[in-house]
Amino acid sequence: MNATPLSAEVPGHGHGPSLESLLATKEIVVFCGSGGVGKTSMAAAAGLAAASRIGGKVLVVTVDPAKRLADALGIESIGNVERQVPAEAFVRAGLEPRGELYAAMLDTKQSWDALVLRHAPDEQTALRILDNRLYENLTARFVQSHDYVAMERLFEIHQTGTYDLIIVDTPPTRNALDFLDAPKRMAEFFGGRLLRWLTAPYRVGGRRGARILTAASRPFYQVADRLLGSQFLQDIAEFFLNFQSMYDGFVARSRSVEELLHDKRTTFAVVTTLEDAPLREGERFCDELTKRNFHLGALILNKTLPTELFGPAGARAATQMRHESVAIATDVHDGFESESVARVLVTIGMSFENFAVVARREAELRNELTHRPDVVVDVPTFAGEISDVSGLARIARYLMPS
Amino acid sequence: MGPDLLGRRLLVVTGKGGVGKSTIAAALALVAATRGRRVLVVDVDAKGTIADRFEAAAIGFKPREVMPGISLMAMDTEASLAEYMRLNLRVPIIGRLGPLARALDFVATAAPGVREILTIGKVCWEVRESIEGRADWDLVIVDAASTGHVIAQLGAADAIGELVAVGPVRGQTAWMSELLADPAITALNVVTTPEEMPVAETIDLVRRARTELNVPLGAVIVNRVLPELFTRDDEQIFEALSNAPMLDQLVTRVGPGATTVMDAARLAVAMRRSRVEHLNRLRAEVDLPTLFVPYLFARSQGRRETAMVADALAAELGV
Repeated sequence: MNATPLSAEVPGHGHGPSLESLLATKEIVVFCGSGGVGKTSMAAAAGLAAASRIGGKVLVVTVDPAKRLADALGIESIGNVERQVPAEAFVRAGLEPRGELYAAMLDTKQSWDALVLRHAPDEQTALRILDNRLYENLTARFVQSHDYVAMERLFEIHQTGTYDLIIVDTPPTRNALDFLDAPKRMAEFFGGRLLRWLTAPYRVGGRRGARILTAASRPFYQVADRLLGSQFLQDIAEFFLNFQSMYDGFVARSRSVEELLHDKRTTFAVVTTLEDAPLREGERFCDELTKRNFHLGALILNKTLPTELFGPAGARAATQMRHESVAIATDVHDGFESESVARVLVTIGMSFENFAVVARREAELRNELTHRPDVVVDVPTFAGEISDVSGLARIARYLMPS
Repeated sequence: MGPDLLGRRLLVVTGKGGVGKSTIAAALALVAATRGRRVLVVDVDAKGTIADRFEAAAIGFKPREVMPGISLMAMDTEASLAEYMRLNLRVPIIGRLGPLARALDFVATAAPGVREILTIGKVCWEVRESIEGRADWDLVIVDAASTGHVIAQLGAADAIGELVAVGPVRGQTAWMSELLADPAITALNVVTTPEEMPVAETIDLVRRARTELNVPLGAVIVNRVLPELFTRDDEQIFEALSNAPMLDQLVTRVGPGATTVMDAARLAVAMRRSRVEHLNRLRAEVDLPTLFVPYLFARSQGRRETAMVADALAAELGV
């Protein structure tokens, strides 16, 4: 396969800020973007690039890696434990393992359990929360629980000071921006009037089950009772009463998490493809990051068609092959039936023209990029899927051209 | 002959993020509408992508016709709750629900299935109204949540009874379960692309739908399938053309551009090959009718693309 351009042809190489300088100077790089754009592969490849070229201890935290990628990194079903990618894997991929690469998968449930155990005032309360039938449902869904726990875990790992660089692959969410708000929303949730208001009728007087309604909360309970039944509401309130005991711990913690995301040691890399919908989402993301004073480090354009293949010389040749196929095949057939050669030439020419339409659209979208961070990196589409460290090494060469 | 999807009253379209769910939902609507059906498309994630497929302005909870026979609406659980209370509990709600809605929103987040039931409840309600001739639709198409969440949504009617033991909501869910379980009415369809993750999620979803849901499966729709360029014999010619001496002859005859044209063709062939492997896995593990939509070398995503996908789907459905 010769279609892979040489790294020397990668635009922007060697001048000004680069992904390499970001990976060398920041302590945390958060990869984000909409679903299906290849976030996880980019995060893993960036980790590989950093570990092999810059050195130090590098950790890649991923959420839901493709099985092959997980296998490649050796992180299949190991929960929250960080595991080192063996040095031999680097060597096999033709890389020099200058530093150490670790990978970990985020297990939401385990991380939540750990949080509850840390913040609950005593073990009894912790167990009451963990055993509540609402708990699992809640941690699976409320206030972007995956997002929060991903950021929380990032904070925890960063605090240990074990790694020089932590690369985070953000969870696939409906709204890719949710995780930014997660720490703040978590604090608001626990400090919110709403929670107090909801649990108040069950708290007064200390008699469980005896509800005292205020003028403000009465209409709510009237409707809610009719919808859900009062027993169920009581279950919820009791659960939150226990949960509230963790308030101080949670709030302090989520503030620290938010500070870390805003810290100048942290940067964000937005990953997108040059397709309408993911790109629009990616640009919105760039805008939001900037608006909220997060550091937007890089925009990575993934799965692009190699532009050098679809230049004017190729276009001329393709048109000729398509329209003069019979004449060309008379001269070039090398023992094959010239009729068959002509047919193949037409197919090749048409295929080129098809892909050229896409390449032109990509070029146009690239030109229209309104929000360009200092670093914009192109990673061309690869024939196969990334299934091993060698595959990641190929991406890494684009992320960090030598 | 393809599966009889257009004969149903409710088509749910799910799939991993980024595979083109909205495009497929829009195209299905177009196929049905051009055959005389009146279609309502429900955008459950309310991201607005479905409106883009018809180049229509932003849509709201109230269905709006965007072209003859196709109306769109965006799901809004608060509006759905207001409607539910107005229709079922005789609780009049004027304007927005305000603090009450925020409180209910909060409970809905905590209580399993409440938000889901408000979503799927509205969908089922539109379907039932249409069957009984009170709504204008022949077919409701749901541009649903992605694979992870759709199980919770479709299973909400069954699940809510387990937690809400006595509330009136419970009595309101039995008819939904029946409607969703009826193969003459409902079909759950999964969109995928011939890539590793989407195929893995499709296999997983089909398995979970069979074990955890009582909702009939319709078809798997494979989007963005790259064309097979050559027959086996032609592939030999292609290989010969890519190497000396034929490549040199070609360059002499056509010019240096021939090299990049051949490189581009090799990329196309290799991309196709790597995807075939995932298609084979899908075929081996999922025994549902499978519809193939080719990769479109289109200029943009709008009505033109929707129309092209609709043509491809119509051919696959045999309509």
